[in-house]
Amino acid sequence: MAKPAVSGGVTSTDNVRQQPGIGAHLTEILLQRREASIFFVAVALAVYFQSSNSAFLSQGNVRTLSEFTAATAIISAGLVMLLICGEIDLSVGQTFGFAPIVMYIADQTLILPVAIVIGLVAAAIVGLVNGLVTVYLRVPSFIATLGMLFLLGGLNVTLTDGFPKPTPEDSFVTNALGAADWTGIGWCIVIIFLMHILLNYTPWGLHTFATGGNIVGASEAGVKVARIKIGNFMLCAMLGGFAGLLEAFRISSIDPLAGGPNTMFLAVAAAVIGGTALAGGVGTILGAFLGTAVISILTNGFTLQGVSAYTFNIILGIAILVAMSLNVYIGRLRRSGAT
Amino acid sequence: MAGQQETLRLEGIVKRFGALTALNGVDLHLNKGEVLGLIGDNGAGKSTLIKIITGFHRPDGGTILIDARPVVLKSVSQARTLGIETVYQDLALINELSVYHNMFLNSEVTFPPLRLLNNREMKKRTARYIEDIGVNIPSIDTQVARLSGGQRQAIAVARSVYSKAHILLLDEPLAAMGAKEGAQILDFIARLKQDGDVSMILIAHNYAHVFEVCDRVNLLQRGQITYDKPTSESSVEELTELVVAEYRQARTGRDAAS
Repeated sequence: MAKPAVSGGVTSTDNVRQQPGIGAHLTEILLQRREASIFFVAVALAVYFQSSNSAFLSQGNVRTLSEFTAATAIISAGLVMLLICGEIDLSVGQTFGFAPIVMYIADQTLILPVAIVIGLVAAAIVGLVNGLVTVYLRVPSFIATLGMLFLLGGLNVTLTDGFPKPTPEDSFVTNALGAADWTGIGWCIVIIFLMHILLNYTPWGLHTFATGGNIVGASEAGVKVARIKIGNFMLCAMLGGFAGLLEAFRISSIDPLAGGPNTMFLAVAAAVIGGTALAGGVGTILGAFLGTAVISILTNGFTLQGVSAYTFNIILGIAILVAMSLNVYIGRLRRSGAT
Repeated sequence: MAGQQETLRLEGIVKRFGALTALNGVDLHLNKGEVLGLIGDNGAGKSTLIKIITGFHRPDGGTILIDARPVVLKSVSQARTLGIETVYQDLALINELSVYHNMFLNSEVTFPPLRLLNNREMKKRTARYIEDIGVNIPSIDTQVARLSGGQRQAIAVARSVYSKAHILLLDEPLAAMGAKEGAQILDFIARLKQDGDVSMILIAHNYAHVFEVCDRVNLLQRGQITYDKPTSESSVEELTELVVAEYRQARTGRDAAS
C-alpha cells in the first residue's frame, strides 16, 4: 500500500509489470493502487443507485452529494496527514464548529475577511495545543484530542449561549466561501489537489511518511519529527475549521452543535476506507476523498431508496470492516511478493 | 597514512543518563583521511559517543573541536552542515519508503520555487551511488522493507557517504551482513580511504574487520578511552586480552563484593 502512496503517479506505470490478460492486469492495478479499487466501488454504487432511481444523478441530487462530500473530504484530508504521522485528532469535529463561532464573534467588530482569518487562526491554535500536548507532554494524541473534544464542545455552547447564530449577510465573500452553489465542492477539489501535492511531492510529505513509518530512524536522519507532527496537527485543525466555515456559510447558520464526533468519525472512516492505516506510515489523500464519496453515495442512495438511517450505519460499519480487512490482506500479499 | 591535521577532537566528554554515567571523560582524536577503529564491550558507551558526535545527544561536559575550532553540536541537522554523517546501527531507514526516497531523506533534491520533489534526479543519482558501492539492488523503486540486511546497510552507507560527509561514523556497519556483502562494504570503505576526502570512525565487534581497514584503534572501557595505538603496532590478540582482562576484573570484583 505504501509504495503507490509514496511515489504517487510518478512511478505507477513503471511498477505495473507486463502480464498477459486484462484480468491479471486489472488485479495488478487494484493491488498497486488502492485508490483505483475505491474508485470502482464508488462508480459501481453510483450505477446501481441510478438504475434503481433515476433521480440519483439529477442535478439537484448531485449537488446534495457534493455538499456532503465537500466538508467531510476536507476534514478527512487533514486527518490523513495526522494518521500517517501515527497520530489522530478526535477534536477536529469540534474545531469544525469552533472556527465559525470565533469568526462570528470577531465579525461583530471587524470586517468579514479579517474575522474569517481570525477563525482559521483560532483553529490553528487548537491544532498547536493538540500538537504541543502530544509531542512535548507525551500524552497520546487519542487522549489529548479527546480532552480537546470535550473542551471545545463546551466552549462552542458557552460562546453562543447554546443558540445558533446567523451568518453575516450575503456578500461576495460568503458566496465564494460556500454560500453559492457548488463553491463547497470547488474548494474541496482545490484543497484535495493541494494536499495531494503536499503529501506526495514535497519534503514535508516525505517527512510525514518517515515520521509515521519509523520515528527513531527519521529523527536519526535529521527529520524534525516534532515539527512535522505539530505542523500536521495545525494543518488538520485548520482544514477542519475551514470546512466548518464553508458549511456555516452554506446553511447560513452558525450552530454550536455543528460537526462534533459524528463528523470526525465519518472523516476517519473515509480515510480508512481510502487505504490509510491507523498505525501510521501509510495513506493517501485521493483515497480519503474517494472514501468520502463512497460514504456520501451510500448515505444518499439509501435515503433515496427509503432505507432508514439505522440500516445505513450497519452498512457503513460493514464497509469499514471490509475495507480494513482488505487493507491488511493486500498489505500481506504485497509483502509476500505476490505483486 | 594518518595526516598531521586533526579533523575531529573530543576533550573530556561526559554524558550521564540520570544516575548512569555513560561517558566519563572521553578524549579522542581523528586525523584527516584516517580510519579509526573504535572497539569496546556492549555497554561501554560506543553508541552514546557516536550520538554525541552526530549531535543527537548533548554532552554534559567536555569540548568538541572540528578542524581545531570548538563547536557546540545542537542537532543532527547542524552536525550534518558541518559534514558529520552517521550510519546508525538501526540504519535509520524508513521501511515504507522507496530506496531513492530513503537515500535522500532530509536532503531531498527539489525544484526551487515550490520545493517540489525532483524524483527523477533523486532516482538518477541513487542509481549511480548504488552502482558505485557495488551492491546489487533489484530496483531503486523498491520499498526498503523488501531488501536484505546487506542491501539495507549498503543504502545507509551510500546515503551518508554521498551527502558531502567529511567525518563519517559507522556504527557496526557489518553487523547485519553476510560474508560477501560485508566484504563489499569493507572494500568500499577501503576505496573511500584511498580517495582521502573523508575521515571515518568505525565501530566494530569483529576485530579482524578493524585490522583490515583501520589505521588506528581505540578501546572504550567503562566510559573512557583506555587504549590508543596504530593498528600496525597492535594485534587482535592484544585487544582480546585487554577486553577479557576487563571482564575478569569485573567478575572478580563482583565475586569479592558478594
